[in-house]
Amino acid sequence: MPEEKKTKTVKTIKVDVDKCNGCRACEMICSAYHAAPKYSGNNPERSRVRVIREPLRDVYVPVYAGEYTPAECLGRDKYIIDGKEYDECAFCRASCPSRDLFKEPDSGLPLKCDMCEGEDEPLCVKWCIVDALTYEEREEEAEEDEKPEDIDVGIEALADKYGMDKIMDAVARMSQQKKD
Amino acid sequence: MRYAETGYNLEVDLSRGNIERVETDPRDTELYLGGLGTSAKIIWERVPPEVEPFSPDNLLIFAAGLLCGTPATGCNRTIVTTISPQTELMAFSMMGGFLAPELKYAGYDKVIFRGKSPDLVYLWIHNDKVELRDATHLRGKGAIETAALIQQELKEPKAQVAAIGAAGENRVFFASIEQGRSSASRGGIGAVMGDKNLKAIVVRGTKDVSIAKPMEFMELCNEVLEYIKYRNDHPIPGVMPILAGLGSPQEMKVHDEKWHTENFSWGNSRTRRKDFWNEDIAREWTETMESMRTRLISCYNCPMTCGATISPPGMPTYMMKCFSKLTYTMAAMSDLEFGLGIAQSATEYGVDGFSAPQVMAFALELLENGILTDEDFPGMPEDNEGRFYWLLEHIVHREGIGDILANGTYWAAKQIGKGAEEYAHNNIKKHEQLPLKLSMLNPIYFIMYATGEKINITQIEGQFPQAPFPKREHREAFVKDWFQVPDEKFKQYFLDWEPRGDNSIPYYPTPPMVADIVDWQERMHYIDDALGMCAGLSSFPLKPPYHLHNYPKFISAGAGVDMDEEKLTQAIRRYRTLVRANNTRRGMSRKDEKPPKDHWKKRFPELEKELLDTYYAFKGWNEDGIPTETTLREFGLDYVADDFLARGILTKDADAPPKDDAPEKGKEA
Ligand code: SF4
Ligand code: SF4
Ligand code: SF4
Repeated sequence: MPEEKKTKTVKTIKVDVDKCNGCRACEMICSAYHAAPKYSGNNPERSRVRVIREPLRDVYVPVYAGEYTPAECLGRDKYIIDGKEYDECAFCRASCPSRDLFKEPDSGLPLKCDMCEGEDEPLCVKWCIVDALTYEEREEEAEEDEKPEDIDVGIEALADKYGMDKIMDAVARMSQQKKD
Repeated sequence: MRYAETGYNLEVDLSRGNIERVETDPRDTELYLGGLGTSAKIIWERVPPEVEPFSPDNLLIFAAGLLCGTPATGCNRTIVTTISPQTELMAFSMMGGFLAPELKYAGYDKVIFRGKSPDLVYLWIHNDKVELRDATHLRGKGAIETAALIQQELKEPKAQVAAIGAAGENRVFFASIEQGRSSASRGGIGAVMGDKNLKAIVVRGTKDVSIAKPMEFMELCNEVLEYIKYRNDHPIPGVMPILAGLGSPQEMKVHDEKWHTENFSWGNSRTRRKDFWNEDIAREWTETMESMRTRLISCYNCPMTCGATISPPGMPTYMMKCFSKLTYTMAAMSDLEFGLGIAQSATEYGVDGFSAPQVMAFALELLENGILTDEDFPGMPEDNEGRFYWLLEHIVHREGIGDILANGTYWAAKQIGKGAEEYAHNNIKKHEQLPLKLSMLNPIYFIMYATGEKINITQIEGQFPQAPFPKREHREAFVKDWFQVPDEKFKQYFLDWEPRGDNSIPYYPTPPMVADIVDWQERMHYIDDALGMCAGLSSFPLKPPYHLHNYPKFISAGAGVDMDEEKLTQAIRRYRTLVRANNTRRGMSRKDEKPPKDHWKKRFPELEKELLDTYYAFKGWNEDGIPTETTLREFGLDYVADDFLARGILTKDADAPPKDDAPEKGKEA
């Protein structure tokens, strides 16, 4: 008997940089949506999409937070498109030690776009009414692989920063304090 | 816990180099909202009329409006308040862009400068870390250039910068403060910044702005966004393109300039060229714009793209918005290519795009008419366009005749004498106005021009159509979905307004209707300036997404201040009166409330008197345009009433309510 085909939903946000006007509404609404409680505040620094914006050079690149990486790349990319030179790593989505993009401002913990799980449409797309951001969904055959939980990624990042021992100590200390 | 606002101001004493973070009184938010409202109160308390614009005791206040930094679309205005060197009155000028939200994210509502720095400095605000830094190496640098240099030296590409250019440093009376995409231009506030030896204010903030009732607030924001989309798809029929949609006038998008070029005056606001626009010019100007415009750009959290990045050949790129597109072109009787080019220099130097071109055209008129002579212009090129560049250079550096011209047409004419005053013909309250010369007096515009304290007509008009629609059926269609009106009677005012006959200008709308209409339009602008909302989504266009009915809800849900329409109107009237009180104390009165003599060909002195009398009475001002004691006490402005009585500006009102009848005790009329 043939194995049952697994499918996955591929969610794509299409970014048309030519249409971006640099308003940063996407940043604002992403951070508001992920505030706890929801919409109780906003802070673009916590957004999972950031607009690399240099008006005088006409550089407008909305970039989405992707995976956390403990170490920066040794090789770097630099793009020149239509004669416009983009900064090193401009299009990279990683929350990476080489830059302060995609990190919580107070804890330094990595941020990652979750496509606004639970909403009909990603909020950044909804708020970009000039259509620099549009949303598409399609089904694809795929092997389901385990996605690490947010908390795992967070702890991994902390471990990279402070070492596992220190974190264990801190957790033990904190749970002790909670009990007291 | 404070919502929408941070509850903290920065007090910067430039003389001593001292910086303090000061908590504000939440009761002031209820009474004066924020932005312009609370700034007007600070000016009242701390800048008495004896303080000259260039005194160290003058304050320069950068305020983020109450709702800046919240998700409310288009709420991004910085309101700059000081005493203007040109008008010698309280100036308040707004800029969009990105500074105000950044200031909120850094944890402050206002930055209040006092004193004078011994050397040129800039203020660097990075959350809790605030410092004055040396800016002597930036002396003479362009405003846009300065922003880039500071971002580089701080290694903070995301920092927002508002800076002055050479004009501000040299205290040109119409110097602006430039912020890349936007500028605060009117009233010469850039000159005060230069006088204080402050080159720039630089902000980077990474903290949260909180909302009192998150779900309610988002609901309101979503409604606004939906309505913006609806209005983008449904422009208003029957009005010219720039009035049909939302946003600041969409000058960067619109190519058809027939209306501006044929209705506005050229030169020193003199010549109307009624057959100017033709196909060749349309083609040429469209090509110019399209070849220089790299992108349409927005302010923070706004989809309207009212600005553009412009790259004139052989010149650095800059950003432009609104009508500065045409002011240089028209003053110099030239073409768009010239206008977009010289605006690059003007932006770097930091001058107001209305005043600067008129001052230059005024100088050339004086030369033509022998009041100034060739000796006053040594080395000035022969060609018209070269002359404008020459004049700009000399004005911003205050060289030769430029030193006099740098004081604006009113003061320059006084200094020059020999009949020069006749040529400074387009001023109100000593400040250059839009170059507009029309035929028949329009009673609504008469009152707005005369009594406006924002000095710019675009900052007073907006909600009510500029002219009646030709047929009643058009008017009926217009009022059908006009839910923004404060009251149903406004629909009737408009329905009955005819292009000709009994119900036409100048006698219709009648003086009481005019009072209602102007008050509504003005109220909208004043609320925008307190909340930090862009006029382009609120007070300026017809049928805007923000209006008197949803604003109270935005304030309640956003700032957690209990608000309804009545209370909001009372608050606006309170700080609007306070703005007037600041100016009354500086000597402004009925004698100053005059549109230029030649603004309309057909004038009606008796009607104009009646209009002004009616409007003053409506506002609770006496026949000199001074708020009465009764009015002041009703608004809880007892401290103003007492001051006016002490100074002899007012004598005791018999029917003034008792002193302790303050509105915060729930006694609003
Ligand atoms: S909301 Fe859209 S237009 Fe605005 S910055 Fe983001 S991507 Fe660009
Ligand atoms: S999809 Fe959602 S989580 Fe991802 S960047 Fe956009 S708003 Fe943020
Ligand atoms: S409407 Fe235009 S000027 Fe106003 S905030 Fe939006 S982009 Fe800026």
